[in-house]
Amino acid sequence: MTILYILTVLCTIFSLVKSRQKTIKALKIARKKFSSILPQFLTMISLLTIFTTLVPVSRMSEIIQGHNSGLQLIFALGLGSIVFVPGFIAFPLAAVLIKSGVPYYVTAAFTSSLMMVGFASMPVEITYFGKSSAWKRNLISLLISLLIALAIGFLYGEF
Amino acid sequence: MKKKSLYYFIPALVLGAALGSVVGKYDHGIALWTNLWQYLKTMLLLLPPVFVLIGLFEVWVKQETIEKHFGESHGISAWFWLIILSSTTIGGLYVSLPLAYSLYKKGTRLRLVYGFLGFSTICRIPMTFFEASFLGLKFTLIRYAVSLPLVILSAMILEKSAKNKQA
Repeated sequence: MTILYILTVLCTIFSLVKSRQKTIKALKIARKKFSSILPQFLTMISLLTIFTTLVPVSRMSEIIQGHNSGLQLIFALGLGSIVFVPGFIAFPLAAVLIKSGVPYYVTAAFTSSLMMVGFASMPVEITYFGKSSAWKRNLISLLISLLIALAIGFLYGEF
Repeated sequence: MKKKSLYYFIPALVLGAALGSVVGKYDHGIALWTNLWQYLKTMLLLLPPVFVLIGLFEVWVKQETIEKHFGESHGISAWFWLIILSSTTIGGLYVSLPLAYSLYKKGTRLRLVYGFLGFSTICRIPMTFFEASFLGLKFTLIRYAVSLPLVILSAMILEKSAKNKQA
């Protein structure tokens, strides 16, 4: 986050030195683009808020644990696809799963779908790339998450 | 209800519920408010600098430059540069989406746009470090080996299906 701000400030200063006019234009573009997509972003965080209030992230490991491994896989993919959490929360949570005896492939399904599939961010994705593209990309990513999980399970000797 | 107005209605509803239950002191509502505030804070800190960078990108980077390297007749190396570029993104899919759209508008070939989106979900640098330290290097290496080719393949499929739809 800090690096992002330093980078942005440096780029803006550099741009200002080279051309004041172009920089003002760039900032105007930034403001216009940001404000036109803001409702979709607010919808996204609203969906995330509703979901994580119903199913707190800290409870997700409990939910995944308490079933046979087939159901675990489905829960892991399902929970992972809806929400997204930053890496510093997701991976400690994944380590908890492993410690409590959940197989590696279930954990892989959870972390991969967390990163690759974002049903909560669909409002933003649909606005930029259209409804059919957004659905296809998310479903394909879900499939890739499943394949990653299977590869992990196979190479860890869990099948 | 039109979709556009739905994007105003849902946030307003959640904000209303959160504020109402803080005033009414409902336990679930307070959790709702805490979660909403967390997400809102993260988003409002992360997105403005990202959009400033997008603005600068649109003003300074020439369309021809992008078309030459990432356009219709891009080389194999374009994939390599996309992996490098996307590994430096942060936040998650929702940050990559506006970036990908800008790349697309500048003339990046659609399959490279999908490639960028895919790569940015699998090879962000901080995420990779977290993963390797919590789950082991073997785990990370397998994930990379499986997902990189699959993302490239799926990007080509997605491009093809988008073209078929237009035709």
